[in-house]
Formats: sequence, structure tokens, C-alpha cells
Amino acid sequence: MIELLQSLLQWLPESLQVLAIILIKIVVILAPLLVAVAYLTYAERKIIGYMQIRIGPNRVGFFGHSLWGLGQPIADAVKLMFKEIVIPSGADKFLFIVAPMLSMGPALAAWAVIPFGDELILADVNASLLYVLALTSLGVYGVIIAGWASNSKYAFLGAMRSAAQIVSYEIAMGFALVGVLMAAGSINLGEIVQAQSGGFWTWFMVPLAPLFVIYFISGVAETNRAPFDVAEGESEIVAGFHVEYSGITFAVFFLAEYANMILVAMLTALMFMGGWLSPFQGLPVVGDTFLAAPSLIWLLAKASIFLFLFLWFRATFPRYRYDQIMRLGWKVFIPLTIVWLMVVGAVIMAGGIGPWLH
Amino acid sequence: MAEIRNYTLNFGPQHPAAHGVLRLVLEMDGEVIERADPHVGLLHRGTEKLAETKHYLQSLPYMDRLDYVSMMSNEHAYCMAIEQMLGLEVPVRAQYIRVMFDEITRLLNHLMWLGAHGLDIGAMTVFLYAFREREDLMDCYEAVSGARMHAAYYRPGGVYRDLPDTMPRFKGASKWHSEAEMKALNETREGSMLDFIEAFTERFPGYVDEYETLLTDNRIWKQRTVGVGVVSPERALQMGFTGPMIRGSGIAWDLRKKQPYEVYDRLTFDIPVGVNGDCYDRYLVRIEEMRQSNHIIKQCVNWLRKNPGPVISDDHKVAPPKRQEVKEEMEALIHHFKLFSEGFSLPKGEAYAAVEHPKGEFGIYLLSDGSNKPYRLKIRAPGFAHLAGMDEMVRGHMLADVVAVIGTQDIVFGEIDR
Repeated sequence: MIELLQSLLQWLPESLQVLAIILIKIVVILAPLLVAVAYLTYAERKIIGYMQIRIGPNRVGFFGHSLWGLGQPIADAVKLMFKEIVIPSGADKFLFIVAPMLSMGPALAAWAVIPFGDELILADVNASLLYVLALTSLGVYGVIIAGWASNSKYAFLGAMRSAAQIVSYEIAMGFALVGVLMAAGSINLGEIVQAQSGGFWTWFMVPLAPLFVIYFISGVAETNRAPFDVAEGESEIVAGFHVEYSGITFAVFFLAEYANMILVAMLTALMFMGGWLSPFQGLPVVGDTFLAAPSLIWLLAKASIFLFLFLWFRATFPRYRYDQIMRLGWKVFIPLTIVWLMVVGAVIMAGGIGPWLH
Repeated sequence: MAEIRNYTLNFGPQHPAAHGVLRLVLEMDGEVIERADPHVGLLHRGTEKLAETKHYLQSLPYMDRLDYVSMMSNEHAYCMAIEQMLGLEVPVRAQYIRVMFDEITRLLNHLMWLGAHGLDIGAMTVFLYAFREREDLMDCYEAVSGARMHAAYYRPGGVYRDLPDTMPRFKGASKWHSEAEMKALNETREGSMLDFIEAFTERFPGYVDEYETLLTDNRIWKQRTVGVGVVSPERALQMGFTGPMIRGSGIAWDLRKKQPYEVYDRLTFDIPVGVNGDCYDRYLVRIEEMRQSNHIIKQCVNWLRKNPGPVISDDHKVAPPKRQEVKEEMEALIHHFKLFSEGFSLPKGEAYAAVEHPKGEFGIYLLSDGSNKPYRLKIRAPGFAHLAGMDEMVRGHMLADVVAVIGTQDIVFGEIDR
């Protein structure tokens, strides 16, 4: 694949060749990602719809066929693109426009180090876990700046809430990841996945079960999704930090939120559920068939489970109050993760974790 | 030095949790509420003044539009005030029908409240579940009066007409629904309206269990409602709270028991009361009230099945004669014409009639100068007193609790602004 590309780009100077190949790789990752984001909104509306005994979008299709409403996300995107961007009076115009980009940028940039398979990776950075952690934390700037630049009290409250919330959950999330890197002995995502090979009982979700749960819940909080969606808190502060946004600027926030959701789902699958490894690996009978082969499909399937959980949470739970979220983060998750880190440390000292304790 | 000021937030009237047009001016210290100042009047339509310019029958439909989620209960108080002044007897069957529809209305109101309260706190799904049942009850409204909301079904002297023998059905299969689906939808609609209501009362407790599964033991729901908006029994009395708002504080005050009207004294039902007076207790009280209402409706259906009879007074000065009679008898024709043009006059005097409305004590105070229009009509809306307690209930709580308290007060602006 890469060789074919290289041969096609022979006519370019050496340095431009490298650049062109990187750009093509970026497009190959981002184009499906954006389509996935669009159809995640569709999946959300459909799934929550069925949970709420509704049908969800079922009219907009292609070429005169309604096709269960599959055209809906595209129609929505087109509509948002053509809408006017209203800039409120008294808003800081520059920051107001920059904010959505600031939240979109990190959400997409984090995908650079996500491995989709053994070799399928854009940038095989050694410290990829740190890179991901750094970029997901950067997303909060977009939210804070949006809240500040809007010159609206609701937006400001939303920004303050989300800043506090993301910073707190960052800690629990970070600690959960420390457990993973201790168990794997690496902070490279590819190596973390490799460290889990051997069958589903060697996946880190088993020995690191509490960290797994905490990581995913923190991920939900980190992406400002229900039941931690106080930053947008529909019924309290209208739409939170993006009340004043319309048209494509709003759409970009929306895209960033959903791209982050997919990212968190993907990371959870990679770090705790063995990434692209097959759950049938190492089993007596099926372990020898093609089902046991590692594949991108396994990774996507595992990520879909978490995406479904995101939607399920939203349909089921009431919203936490802002102080209760803080309490959960600081008083429950952080102590829990620290305790479990001790346990993990002790087990590793005793030579365990791989296939648990020996 | 910079001046330190409270953060003032204009909560509404354009706000998803404003329940219509509530405008709260919140003075906040960060997220904590220092003072909540409800501004009312944005839905003022001058119902009381308008009633002074119309004869009694003509202002009856205005009553539907007061608390527009419990329409018939409003009409009930109005009709009772008129009947009280005229000393008019209401046929027993009409009384049972009224009680049955009062309770159907209570279900309608509480389902709306449950959905809205859930939505305010972020539990989106309950809202749609509640609306599934509301749809069936709305169909009862429609079957009996022709209107899904603003029924104008209760009339001075009884109700407009007897319960229909058939329920409207869903028609034929379509692109979206197969024949089998339509059959399933129509299953309970084959018989009379009473059959339909009875089938509803059979399945409704199961639905309430569903809501409770989602909320009652949900940790987040409890964290959001327990200890929020606490009202002590003393304060609840002092502030004139009624209905679930006072029962949630532990005072068993219910007009259906304390001064039974219509046939409530012949029916068995319980009055649930809370203990702590917080949002959670009021939630439990209303959930139990739904179960009790269901029980009352069942008893009414049983009675109504066995006892046919007239449903409106035969005093044609107040209640219209039958259509057939109007065609055949001169006197009936005159009555009909007089009733719908001039209306009827009440004796000089005053009357106050109150019903246990789903939200509390809903009262109508009528002052008559002997003409065919009220000299003054005063509406006692329960929500008004509850809203006045808003400041006290939310002070020291956080912004998110304001929303929970608005939900628990079950505010509807149609009755508060009138």
C-alpha cells in the first residue's frame, strides 16, 4: 500500500514525498472518522429513539427512498453549513470564532497516535499515551474560550463548570492510565495492546477492572456527556458554553464532542479490551480458526460497545448536580484509583499481572 | 478596589426549564442562589376580567385555559360555584362522571409533571413514557367532548353528554403500520368508552412501576431530590401550600377527604403523605396519588356500568333541553334560545367553591349582582402560592436545584398569571 503510493509519487522531490504520504494518511484516517461522527449522531437519535418508544429520524434518505432516514446526518450538516453565524454583540469576535477550532483541533489530532492494527498507525510515537492525555486535556480550552468570548452568563457558567469538571476527571483518568502503563510496562499504545495478547482473560479489563470502570466513567465526564453534561445542562443553563453558537461554529463543537466520544471508546478498547486482538484467541477450538486472528474489525466492534454505552447512559440517567460530580471525582474515583495502583504495584512486584498472579 | 457584586442571572422567560413563561431573577454567589425573585404576569390574559363581560356559560371554556394540563378540574370548581349559588342538584351519574374525569385529569397532570420533572433533572426517557399514557387519556377527553385538551365538558348542572358507547379507532394499515399493528392498537378500543378506561386502569399500575424503576431507587435521582427544597409543615401551612406540596411536608390535607364534594365520600382511597418535605417526598406522594387515582377511576367505572341515568339537570333555565325536544316543543325551543343568548342569572350573593385540583386547592369565588354575568370572579390558583415559596425553597441551594424545585412545584403559568 505504502510502496504503491511511493511509486506513484516518484516525480515529487524527496521531502515533499514524505509530506504527501503523511497528508494522504491523515485523510485516510479523518475522512472515515468524520463520516463515523455524522452517523454516530444518527445512531444516537435512532437508539435513544427506540429506547424511548419513538422511531427517530426516518424520512430523509437518498434519491427518493427514505432508507430509514440514513440521509439525516448529511441533511443536518448541510443545513448547519448554510446557516448564518450569529456573533452576539459584545462578544470577542476573534476568540468566538477560534474557540470551536480549538476544541475540534485536539479532538482530531489525538487520532494521530491511535493504532488501528499492528502496523496501521499514522505516527508511532513512543510516548503516545502521554500525547493522547495531553491533547484530550487541551480540548477544555475551546470550551472555556467559547464561554468567555460569548459574553453570555449562561455560557460563562457552562465554561466554568466544564473547566472544573474536566480538570478533576483528568486526574482520575490519568491515574487509571498509570495502572495500564504499569501493567503493560510501556506507554506506547501498540505495545499496550500487544501486552494483552493471549485471550480475553489477559485483557487488562480483568486485572484492572476498577481502573477500567473508572477510566470509562471519567471518559464520559471528560466528553461532557450525560449524566455528566452539566456544562451544557439543557434544563439549567440552556446549552452551556455553546448557547450563542449557530451554524457551522455550532456544528464544529458538535463534531468535536462526538469525535471525542469515539476517541474515548477507542482508547478504552485499546487499553483495557485488547484493541484489535480477537476475544477467541487462545480458546481450545475456535482459537485455531480465522476468528482468532487480530483484526481492525475487533477494534471497531469493541469501540462500538462503548459508544452504545454512551448513548444508553444518556437515555437512562438523570443529570448529576455540579457539586456531586466533583464529589464523585475527588472523593470516590481518585482514592479508588490510588488504592488500586498500590494493588497493581504489589502484584507486579510479586511478578504477576500478565496472566494475573503466578 | 473592585466592587464585589452578586452574579445576577435572568432565568427565563425563554428557558427550557421555565415551564412556559417563568421569569426568575436569580442573585447568585457563584453557583449558589442568594435570592430568587419570580416575576409573573407574562401569560396574563385577564381571565377574571373577561369573565365579567360574558354570561356564565360563555366563560366556562376560559377555565380550561387556566391550568392547561388539568382542564376539567378547573371547570369543575367553576361549575360547583354556580351550582352552589343556584342550589342546583347534579344527577348522581353526572357526579360519578365528574369524579372519574377529575381523576383522569389528575393522571394527566401528574404524568405531565413527572415527565417535565424528569426532563428538568435530565432523565429524558420518563417524559416520553409518560406521554404514551397521556395519549390514551387524551383520547378519553376527545371521545367524550370532541377536544383533546380544552374540553368544556362539565356544565352547570352536570356534564355536557353521557359517555359514548364506542371509542374512536385507528383506521386501516398504512405505509408505516401493518394490519397487525393496527389491530393491536385497536384492541382495547373495540368496546365502549368504559371498557377502554377499564383496560387502561388494568395496565396503568404496570406503567407506574416502569417509571419507578427508572427513578425511585436511582442514586442520581435521589441525590438530586433528597434534601432539596425542604419545606417544614409549619411553613407549608403559613405559605398557603396545598395539594401534593403540603402533603409532601406531612400534612394530610386533601379536600376530597376534608370536605368531600360530589361522590368522593362514597369511594375508597388513601391520601399519601411525605415525611421530610423535600422534592423526593413530593415525588413519592405524586406517584402514589397516581396509583390512588387509578383505584378511584376503577370504582367509578364499576358504578357507571351498573347505573344508567340522566347526566345533566332537567332545569332548562340552566341546562339546555334535548335536541329532539327543541325540534318539537315550543317551550324547549325558547329555553334553548334564551340559554344560549341571554344565559342564566344567578341570585344576588357570593359563593366560593374549591376542588382538590391535581396541584392543590383550586377555588372559584363568585360575586353576583343578580345579573347574567358575574360581578367579580376570583380564581384561587394553587400554583401562585407555591411559586411565592420559591425564594424560600431555593435559597442556599445551587442553580441545578432551582430547576428541581420548579419541577417539584408543578408550576403552570396559565393558572398563575390567569
